Amino acid sequence: MQLHRFHGGLKLPDHKAESTSRTLLTMGVPKFLYVPLSQHIGAQTECVVQPGNRVTKGQRIGQAKDYICANVHAPTSGWIRGIVEHPVPHPSCLSAPCIKIESDGHDQWGDGRMEPWPDWRKRDSRSLRERVRDAGIVGMGGAAFPTAVKLNPRPGKRIRTLVVNGAECEPYISCDDILMRTHPEAILEGARIVAHMIGAERVLFAVEDNKPEALRALTDAVPGAERDFIQVVSIPSLYPTGGERQLIKVLTGREVPSAGLPADLGMVCHNTGTVKAIRDAVLFGQPLISRIVTVTGPGIREPRNIEALIGTPFADLVEAAGGYVPGVDRLVMGGPMMGFAVADDAVPVIKGTNCLLATRPQDAPQPGPVMPCIRCGECTRVCPANLLPQQMYWFAKGKDFDAIQDYGLFDCIECGCCAHVCPSNIPLVQYYRFAKQEIWGREKDRQKADLARERFEFRQERQEREEQEKAERLARKKAALAKKDSGQTDKKAAIEDAIERARAKKAAQAIEETPEQNRERADS
Amino acid sequence: MRSLGEGMLNAILAIAGLALAFGLILGYSAQRFRVEGDPIADQINSLLPQTQCGQCSFPGCRPYAEAIASGEADINRCPPGGEATVLALADLLGRDPKPLEAEAKEKAIALIDEQTCIGCTLCIQACPVDAIVGAAKQMHTVIEQECTGCELCLEPCPVDCIEMVPLERGLQDWRWSQPDPSPIERPRAARHKATEERRESA
Repeated sequence: MQLHRFHGGLKLPDHKAESTSRTLLTMGVPKFLYVPLSQHIGAQTECVVQPGNRVTKGQRIGQAKDYICANVHAPTSGWIRGIVEHPVPHPSCLSAPCIKIESDGHDQWGDGRMEPWPDWRKRDSRSLRERVRDAGIVGMGGAAFPTAVKLNPRPGKRIRTLVVNGAECEPYISCDDILMRTHPEAILEGARIVAHMIGAERVLFAVEDNKPEALRALTDAVPGAERDFIQVVSIPSLYPTGGERQLIKVLTGREVPSAGLPADLGMVCHNTGTVKAIRDAVLFGQPLISRIVTVTGPGIREPRNIEALIGTPFADLVEAAGGYVPGVDRLVMGGPMMGFAVADDAVPVIKGTNCLLATRPQDAPQPGPVMPCIRCGECTRVCPANLLPQQMYWFAKGKDFDAIQDYGLFDCIECGCCAHVCPSNIPLVQYYRFAKQEIWGREKDRQKADLARERFEFRQERQEREEQEKAERLARKKAALAKKDSGQTDKKAAIEDAIERARAKKAAQAIEETPEQNRERADS
Repeated sequence: MRSLGEGMLNAILAIAGLALAFGLILGYSAQRFRVEGDPIADQINSLLPQTQCGQCSFPGCRPYAEAIASGEADINRCPPGGEATVLALADLLGRDPKPLEAEAKEKAIALIDEQTCIGCTLCIQACPVDAIVGAAKQMHTVIEQECTGCELCLEPCPVDCIEMVPLERGLQDWRWSQPDPSPIERPRAARHKATEERRESA
């Protein structure tokens, strides 16, 4: 297969052997689990259990109430011990509502478990998508975008190619590698299900060439009859080739348009972990309640991959990996390039936790003092999105948010290549994150202002209308009163008229009487 | 002599004719393409935060926008809009940005203490965006999503049962801060001192 190259990128030491040299460990059930209500991109899930409730493994405890949202399930059986504010893995180091579950040690599935569908080929894509939605599956490469949304192609977009992303380009992370080595059949089956769901004609497995075992395992697992349908592609290791857009460029040579989606090229990209989770949900009716996490870094005694339940505290994982090396001062969720430091190791594993990286001060030396930009252009040379990072930096610094959008801020994937090569140690990615969020925040404020304006104008209109109606009512009353008044005078006049008439009649009678009487008198 | 007078007359006639023709065109287009309202005031209004709070001393955002458009008011009188609004207005109008006249406040929304509320409806009448629901002698409450935080309901309440509570900042509202823009403070004064010392010794 003819491969291509994306612009820029970095060749980084991969540090994957540390964790892949040990086998995958499945962790037991911890005593207490903290399951955050918001583990994904989109709205927060609504809690549907009460403290004191008993839950079974896989029972839905958080209900998605929005389209871009994902259900949350109990990772084990036990009791709900409250909905508590607990530290969560987030760059802010803030706490967020978590469902605290005390496990009963039985790890029992309940009656509510979704029905297994071994006959998935007979199901239509709609019901399969509903299943993915019910199972609360999100992108497991780290971004945690609800998968059901991604599986729902926009009208008029035909998806021909499914790309299963096993690139895993960031140093230290090896959870996808170990998954591909240990469960190649499951991933293949998942890929078949997804391809069936979206009607794809071709499945491409993209795996970086620094994972020969994974490549071999996958290639061996593809049956000969399917070699045309499913292709396993070895791609050169280059950070960040695991980015959706970069991967598509490598595989096809085509670029996903700015502000567009891979669907515009008839492609869709899913992480290997996600594909496996879809298979588990469809074949076994199992929601997303566990995942593989790479616990690694120079600060861990026995770096390895661990399959852990969602909600397991990081501390338990570290313990399972032999504990800390003395002097660890930093615990990062994600890799060294895109990860963020967490407050402490009480934070739980969430659906997007691919890696835990512990470092000592000497492993990740603090970047030197930030110095002025010297416009060397290194950042532009390495930017995989073909942007001008230095130019965007100036705009972000000057808060010129219109200009920075013209320079493609929203095509930035925050891979960190620019900041990595910057000789002045400028925290470039933070500038872009700041700018993005400021733009979103302003958009939100503007929507709020529009709503307030609409309501204010409506209120003014209503007040005017009420005033007018009042005036009209008053005018009508006045008119009625005036009419009444004039009516009274009419009456008076009528009475006077009647009196007058009566008088006239009387007078007339008197006159008439006289001749008659005269005649009578004359007759007699 | 005669030809000169004739030439001048021609020129005058030609210019007069042109003036008439253009005058007609202008007059026609003024009627035909008339713009209702003041477009600049509309643009300014769309930049204001629409809290309708009156802190600018105008009764609402629209009147303030009109006052800015007509040059009566300055662009730095909107505390809820903060620095961002001043900058946006300066950008739109080509004026120099100025610091805010009043201190920008933290965003807050009104909260009615429902135990204390006597149901007088005075706050309902004061709310510029109809964000308070209730009826006479019934408890009132603020619709959180609609409240702009203008504080206009505080004044009329006879039992002081409304207070402003800062907006809760959850995970969804958390934002990355801008990195410290000038981390390196070059010791300018010291450098000057060194230069001066050198000059003195020389």
